[in-house]
Amino acid sequence: MAADTARTRVLPPYLLSAPALLLYLGLFMAPLVMTLMLSFNSFDFYKGILPGFGFGNYLEVVTDEYFHEVFLRTFGISLAVTLLCAILGTPEAYILHRMRNPWKSLFMLAILGPLLISVVVRTLGWALLIGDSGVMNELLLGAGLIDKPIHLIFTTTGVIIALVHVLIPFMVLSVWASLQKLDPAVEQAGLSLGASQFTVLRRIVVPQVMPGILSGCLIVFALTASAFATPAILGGRRLKVVATTAYDEYLNTLNWPLGAAIAVLLLIANVIIIATYNKVIEKKYAQAFQ
Amino acid sequence: MSKNGPIALAFHTLFIIFILAPLVIVCLVAFTSKGYLSLPTDGFSLRWFRAILDNPDFIDAFWLSIYIGLASATIALGLSVPASLALARYRFPGRGGLTAFFLSPLMVPHIVLGVSFLRFLTAVGWNGTFIGLVLCHVIIIMPYSLRLVLASVTGMDRSAETAAVSLGASPWVTFRRITLPLILPGIAGGWVLAFITSFDELTMTIFVASPSTTTLPVRMFQHITETIDPLISSLSAVIIFITVIFMLLLDRLYGLDKILVGQGR
Repeated sequence: MAADTARTRVLPPYLLSAPALLLYLGLFMAPLVMTLMLSFNSFDFYKGILPGFGFGNYLEVVTDEYFHEVFLRTFGISLAVTLLCAILGTPEAYILHRMRNPWKSLFMLAILGPLLISVVVRTLGWALLIGDSGVMNELLLGAGLIDKPIHLIFTTTGVIIALVHVLIPFMVLSVWASLQKLDPAVEQAGLSLGASQFTVLRRIVVPQVMPGILSGCLIVFALTASAFATPAILGGRRLKVVATTAYDEYLNTLNWPLGAAIAVLLLIANVIIIATYNKVIEKKYAQAFQ
Repeated sequence: MSKNGPIALAFHTLFIIFILAPLVIVCLVAFTSKGYLSLPTDGFSLRWFRAILDNPDFIDAFWLSIYIGLASATIALGLSVPASLALARYRFPGRGGLTAFFLSPLMVPHIVLGVSFLRFLTAVGWNGTFIGLVLCHVIIIMPYSLRLVLASVTGMDRSAETAAVSLGASPWVTFRRITLPLILPGIAGGWVLAFITSFDELTMTIFVASPSTTTLPVRMFQHITETIDPLISSLSAVIIFITVIFMLLLDRLYGLDKILVGQGR
C-alpha cells in the first residue's frame, strides 16, 4: 500500500512530460547525434558520403584559409554588431524607461514589434534602402549631398547595419528589464548631493544595469554568429559567413560531412560562449543577485 | 522622475526612424504603379497586390505556412500543457534537468537544427513531407510555448482547485472546469507566439523543405536571392499587416515585453 502511494506520487510528473520528452529524444537529440556522427564521415565527389571515422573534415576547416576567412569574418561581424547594439540600445532603453505612458508602451511596441516580423521582410527593407539605386542613395543624390551612390549592398558594412536593426530589440529589451529593478531614489540622492546628470549615469545607473547589458550582448552575439538570412541576402555570393557556408556545403556542393563539421563547430562555439559568459556574470555579479 | 532632455529625444527620434524605416519603405514600394522598384511618386496603385494573386506558388506557400503554423502550434501546446503541469506541480528527481532540456532548442542555432533535421528526415524517409516539417517546427517553437504556459501554471491560485477536489470533483473534471480556464491566457499567448515563430521560420525550414512543401519565408528567400521586384514588396507588406494584427493581439493578451523577455536565448 505504501509502495503504491509512493508510485502514484512519483509517476504522474513522468507520465505528464513523457510525450514531450519522447518527441525531444526522437526529433531533437537523435538528429543532433546523427549530425555529429556524420561530421566524422568522409565525402567523395563521385561516390558521395563514405562511412568511416576520421577527423578529416575538422582538419580541413582548421587548416583551409577559406574557412579561416569565413570564421574570422563571422566573428568580426558579430563583435561589431554586438558593440553597436550595446552603444545604441542601452541609451534607448534608458530613454524609454524615463518616458511616461502612453508614449512608453507605444514606442515599446514599435521597437519590439519588428521581432515578430519575418527576418526576410526586414532584410528586404534594407536591400531596398541601401541598394545602389535604393531609396537612401536617391534621396542623397537628389539633395546633392553626394556625387555618386554610396556602395553598401554586398559589403560587410551593409550586413552589419541590417543585423544591428534585426537584433537591437533584444538589447533594448534586456537593458529595459534590468532598469525595471532600478530604485529611482538612488538617482535622486545622487542628483541632490550635487552630482551631474552624467556622473549619475556613469556611477549609479550603468553599474546597476550592467548585467542587463551583458546578457543582451550575449543574446546578440550568439544570434549574429549564427545569422543566415541577412548575410545571405545582403552579403551576396562572395561575403560568406559560417551559416551561409554550411548552407552551401549542404545544398550546393552536397558535401554533407563537411557541412556537418561546420555546424558542429558552430554549435560548440555557441555553447562555449554562453557557458563562459554565464560563469563570468555569475562570478562578477554574485553579490548583486543575493 | 526627471524628463528626457532635447539630446535624448533627438537620439530617440533617430532610433525610432532607424527601426521603422526599412518596414515603411517596404510598404511604400508595394504601392508603386511602375514595373520596377520605385517609390509611389505619382499616386498609389494596387497593381502589385493584384499580382500576388496571379502567382499561385506564393499563394500555395502562404497556405502551407498557415497549415504548418496551425498544426505545429497546436501540437506544441498539447505537449506543453501536461509538461508544464508536471514541472510546476511536482517535485521529482530530474525536474531541473528536464526543464533545461525542454528549453534547450533555444541554445542551438537554427542552421544547426536545419542540417540535423535534414539528416534525420532523409534517414527515416520523411524528407519534404508535411508531417516532417510540422514535427521539426514543434521542436523549434516548444520552448516559447512551454515558457508561457509554465509561467501561468506557476502563477495560478490553487484554492479553487482545492475546493473542487474537496467537493468531490474527479481530477479530469477539476482540470477541465477549473485549471484549464485559469491558465487559458497563458495557453492562448503561447499558441499565438508559437504560431508566429513557426510562420516566420526560414533558416531551419530551408533545409527540410522540398519543392512541393515550400513555406512562404523559404519561397520569398528564393525569390529575393534571384530578383528583388515590387511583387516581393507587396507580399512583404501583406505579411507586415498580418503580423501587426497578431502583435496587437499578443500585446492585449499578455504584454509584448513579458512575452519576448529572454527570447532567442
